[in-house]
Amino acid sequence: MDNSKAIFLKEATVNAADGVQRAFISKALGGYYTNRDLQKARYRDWERARDAASMAKWSAVNDLANVLEKFVNNFERNGGVVHWARDAAEARDIILKIAENAKAKAIVKSKCMTSEEIHLNDALEKAGFGVVESDLGEFIQQLRGEAPYHFVFPCMHVKREAISELFTKHLGTAPTDSPEELTMIARRHLRQLYVDADIGITGANFLVAETGQISITENEGNARLTAALPRIHIALSGIEKVVNELDDLSVLLPMLATAGAGQPMTCYNTLYSGPRKKGECDGPEEFHIVLLDNARTRLLADPEQRDALHCIRCGACLNVCPIFKNIGGLAYGTTYQGPIGSVITPHLRGLKQWNHLSGASSLCGACTDACPVRIDLHHHLLHNRRNAAKESPTLFDRVFHNGFNFVIKRPWLFATGGRIFRATLPLLQKLPLPYMGAWMKTRDLPKAPAQSFRDQWKHDHV
Amino acid sequence: MSDARTDIFARIREALKVKAPKPHLKAQTSSPKTSVAAKPWLPDGGETAEDSLLILAEQLAKLKAVLIRVPDHASAAKAFAELATTKSWKKVAYHGHELTRPLAATLTCEAWEADASFDKQKLEGSDAGLTTCESIVAQLGSILVSSRSSGGRALSVLPHVHVVIAEASQVVPDLGAALALVKARHGTDMPSMLSFITGPSRTGDIERILVLGAHGPKELFLILVG
Repeated sequence: MDNSKAIFLKEATVNAADGVQRAFISKALGGYYTNRDLQKARYRDWERARDAASMAKWSAVNDLANVLEKFVNNFERNGGVVHWARDAAEARDIILKIAENAKAKAIVKSKCMTSEEIHLNDALEKAGFGVVESDLGEFIQQLRGEAPYHFVFPCMHVKREAISELFTKHLGTAPTDSPEELTMIARRHLRQLYVDADIGITGANFLVAETGQISITENEGNARLTAALPRIHIALSGIEKVVNELDDLSVLLPMLATAGAGQPMTCYNTLYSGPRKKGECDGPEEFHIVLLDNARTRLLADPEQRDALHCIRCGACLNVCPIFKNIGGLAYGTTYQGPIGSVITPHLRGLKQWNHLSGASSLCGACTDACPVRIDLHHHLLHNRRNAAKESPTLFDRVFHNGFNFVIKRPWLFATGGRIFRATLPLLQKLPLPYMGAWMKTRDLPKAPAQSFRDQWKHDHV
Repeated sequence: MSDARTDIFARIREALKVKAPKPHLKAQTSSPKTSVAAKPWLPDGGETAEDSLLILAEQLAKLKAVLIRVPDHASAAKAFAELATTKSWKKVAYHGHELTRPLAATLTCEAWEADASFDKQKLEGSDAGLTTCESIVAQLGSILVSSRSSGGRALSVLPHVHVVIAEASQVVPDLGAALALVKARHGTDMPSMLSFITGPSRTGDIERILVLGAHGPKELFLILVG
């Protein structure tokens, strides 16, 4: 997919110039900043809580084989079935097979970014299974036929008028401009689907090794219903979601809510440890988990960027990123948008095709400051740039760096070059310079000083 | 071709041969060994039972959940009956328990125990679900229900209103304490579902504007005895 960069540049240019849409996104995020700060203030030491969250994930990821094995053993002891998928295709096949064996008529899904990553809905629909997204934002995006804009707030870019039109078109409801009424339309529509569905598919936010439970974080109650009413529950999760102990959640659940949505805790944080137990009156008869690698082990093999696997998908780095706020989530063309997406996508899909995302950063570090698990995001963007230049240097990289290397080792050449450069600087302003077009369009070159720094130093000190 | 599990574990072991540095912590010298050690840095849940109840009341109010404090079980039943009348409930589903039965008995509308296997449609058509809980977390305003304490998975989330009846002694200061209690109580025989409910169901998916009652209950009442 070599045109991913071209698409990115085109989308980014258009969106960055759309002041109305940018103002809309800023307004939508305004309430988040206020609530996040109010909740952060309740922490007696947010920075040290970040230390604890970071260490909880560090210790699990750096002992992944053992922790994962412990999780799997406990999960199976609780009566769940474990499936392993090396890549997206294997994960899709596993889920399709479960659906075929169950002769499923209807499938309901709660929000799961990993399922976006493996394009699960497409595969299910092609195989003839009806699948409905139940998270309101995902439901709207599914009707729009569009990927999520933000991996926590999937349709934050869509105005209520557009949602009203969408519902009128697909559900035949009367137009309304009330977010509440629109939410109730979706509520009424989806309720019957939970009751009728054979299979419920969810993601997982944490896999608790100590107890073999999976933890699901949500606000709407759709995941609760998805895992309560259908006969079969399938959870799809990356292998890196594991944590050592149940206690780790006492730090991670509140921090996920505060960093991600400015809440003390999201509305429902649910631990599932198996199918319906003896003596329980409801719940699924079967509980499957699909554990997905899909290049996560490639990221694991890079000790410098391994901490990117600590990500708890709160979306805080997107919410503070000046690039995300200006170009929007769809421009990225990735499952995971914003700084974390720009860091991990090159590992998941190939550095050569996706390195351009490393350049989509002002390196301001707002993402790193916002990350509740202390992922060194903005430095990883630099690491990706360096790795890309090493792996497949462009012609410009080669000519420029070899040239620079040659000149810098020869002081006489450096001095001569400097003199020529100072003399010709006014001319450069008028030339159409390669690579510099976008920069020069809105900026003037500075005036060249009469003397070089070395000459000045000699003059003043020698 | 070897199986996927073997391959993935081989990849993980190979990848972890090179050690990664610890994260850049604020407190390098006293990096936390366990998450339990993080307790003093998290939001306060109160030192005494009295403190915890104050924090709980404040959190529930912010979450738009309704706390009804009553001195004894007779007043709890009265408060519940009044709620049913005010809200004109026609059908109430409840989890059969010594705390809930006296409340259900005061109702003049239809009340049914949803503990045996039940009709999903009937539960969906119920105006309210009445359950007990495992514990209540003052720090966050969360109510921990389980497939045991709340009569399965759906009763606390499918009816349009959720009412929880609990004793004040079930309030614990923080999330860590609630999780410790779960482990102590259930050990390796956990209920198949444990859910921290923090306020009524909500969404901000449309223009980031808060709407209550996205898919789960629109209203959440906690009747606390004592």
